[in-house]
Amino acid sequence: MAAQPVPHPAVNYSTRVDEISPRARTLNGIRAVIVLLIALVMLIPVAWMTLTAFKSRPDAVAVPPKVLFEPTLEGFVSLLTSRRQLTTQQIEEYSQRTDLNWADQIALSRGQAITGPSNYPQRLANSLIIAGVSTIFSVALGLLSAYSFSRFNIPGAGDLLFFILSTRMLPPVVVTIPVFLMYRAIGIYDTHLGMIILYTVFNLSFSVWLLKGFLDEIPREYEEAAMVDGYTRLQAFVKIVLPQSLTGIAATTVFCLIFAWNEYAFALMLTADRARTAPPSIPSVLGTGGIEWAAIAAGSLGFLIPVVIVTFTLRKYLLRGVTFGAIRQ
Amino acid sequence: MLKHEAQATPAPASRPSNRRQISDRSLSQLFIWPTLILLIIINIFPLFYSLFLSFTNYSAIANRPPEWIGFTNFDRLLNSNDIWGYFSLTGRYALISVGLQTVIGFGLALLLRKKFRGSGIVTTLILIPMMLSPVVVGLFWKLMFNPAYGIFNYLVGFSNPATAPDWLASPSLALWAIIIVDVWMWSPFVMLLCLSGLSAIPDYLYEAAAIDRASAWFQFRRITLPQVAPLLLIAVLFRTIEAFKAFDLVMGLTGGGPGNATQMISVEIYSQAFLGQFRTGRASALAYIVLVIIIAVSNVYIRTLNKVREG
Repeated sequence: MAAQPVPHPAVNYSTRVDEISPRARTLNGIRAVIVLLIALVMLIPVAWMTLTAFKSRPDAVAVPPKVLFEPTLEGFVSLLTSRRQLTTQQIEEYSQRTDLNWADQIALSRGQAITGPSNYPQRLANSLIIAGVSTIFSVALGLLSAYSFSRFNIPGAGDLLFFILSTRMLPPVVVTIPVFLMYRAIGIYDTHLGMIILYTVFNLSFSVWLLKGFLDEIPREYEEAAMVDGYTRLQAFVKIVLPQSLTGIAATTVFCLIFAWNEYAFALMLTADRARTAPPSIPSVLGTGGIEWAAIAAGSLGFLIPVVIVTFTLRKYLLRGVTFGAIRQ
Repeated sequence: MLKHEAQATPAPASRPSNRRQISDRSLSQLFIWPTLILLIIINIFPLFYSLFLSFTNYSAIANRPPEWIGFTNFDRLLNSNDIWGYFSLTGRYALISVGLQTVIGFGLALLLRKKFRGSGIVTTLILIPMMLSPVVVGLFWKLMFNPAYGIFNYLVGFSNPATAPDWLASPSLALWAIIIVDVWMWSPFVMLLCLSGLSAIPDYLYEAAAIDRASAWFQFRRITLPQVAPLLLIAVLFRTIEAFKAFDLVMGLTGGGPGNATQMISVEIYSQAFLGQFRTGRASALAYIVLVIIIAVSNVYIRTLNKVREG
């Protein structure tokens, strides 16, 4: 598996007779085919979503479901714009015009005119701002704490680390009620600031644990040698430890980004309109006059692609990422 | 305080090392406190505040200050059949869902443990579901489950929309629909942990067993299972905690419906606290009951984690 370095490359091939016999090889081939089939079956939902994103409205709800269809960007247009319905006469007028771009054309083919952008781009921008800024904060603060826990003798370190981890075990719904009241009282309910603080804390426990794992692997001797040469502790940290831990920082950053990017419960309960992020708003793209599945699929697809790319880039660190860095390999 | 100590060190010879030690200490304080303060403000203070609220009849939209009503909330909740129903629903969901994930995830890991050409890519592909946003996953499975134009019924063999089950609208099937999606999403997680456990088993154990002509079953039961057990246990505990917190997926798929058929405990807290009458006090009390359960489970989790880290 890609996520694990091979422990002893020199003896990685098998010399056992029972494993290179024709029978074992056939079995191995069968196993590979089974695994491949399972992987394909598991990806059907994602593939179906992708197909639906490019369907026209009737195709998306065709009975029986259509696998072959004429692709269109209708879903993306409905997702990103708000439109008004035209009368037959207006449609004729519009068809005469020559200044229509492709998006207008698509809307026109459904008898609609684009009146402006929908609020989805704004929600996506909120997601980016909140996830981005909070990630920077949680990685920065997490790195400092992780360094302390990794290098210094802190009294009660085990208990403190447990406390930090336990905050992540709380169901969001338990913390939300008081946070909601607190935010409302100090006026940061439904603001970027409020969500950034919340997500920073939400990711902090994770980033401390994950980064501590990475920092523990950097030999102390490096910094000690540097300090013998006259560096202060802080200089040694900046000039020796930071460059060594860049991979760990990168992996932690991306995991924090994904958590904040995917987060739903807090966003649903602590934002209304101004600071609402994309996850709680994709269900509400449902639209007027029936569910616009193509639009929902388009929104989800746009939302999933970054995560899928990241999954591939990070596959080496997935195990650490999903277990708070407690299990490494 | 630290400065005093620095001044109280008269011997110049011992000064550099002393200064460094002291600056190490203040540096570590400086590095740790911002994190702890944030956690205390956003996690610990709210915890105590909601403990207080759970003894009041407060409502977030009423213009009245919280009024102390003692154990009334807890009394009502613990004597309500509905609440016990939601708890047993959540428990049943956790049990079935985590059980299936364990079996499927472990099975997948056994299939994938020996490398073949392209096994790295295939493994990563299988891992994609667990990285996705649960609420979005819920949405696109909702599309798949649709009895008329959804593809799920066709895939499992009901090709006639008129007789095919409507998964999300049927009280008896809706829970299973959520379980199916949860298993789809999280079996890869169990697989990932099992794979890492399997890869740590030294080959010589199997070689010795092969020389002794031990059966495949014997090898599995006496070598594979005990060696993977610690990581498998972690995966199970982790998933159990998450299952008790189930919210996003349920909201994306059914929103607790039809009726109350999939009203998981988190969804119930949400609807008590943020819908209808905004019963903040009672929702807090319910949240506290859940919290106690989760803390109990997390404790087991952390202990197991420590055992594995040490061993």
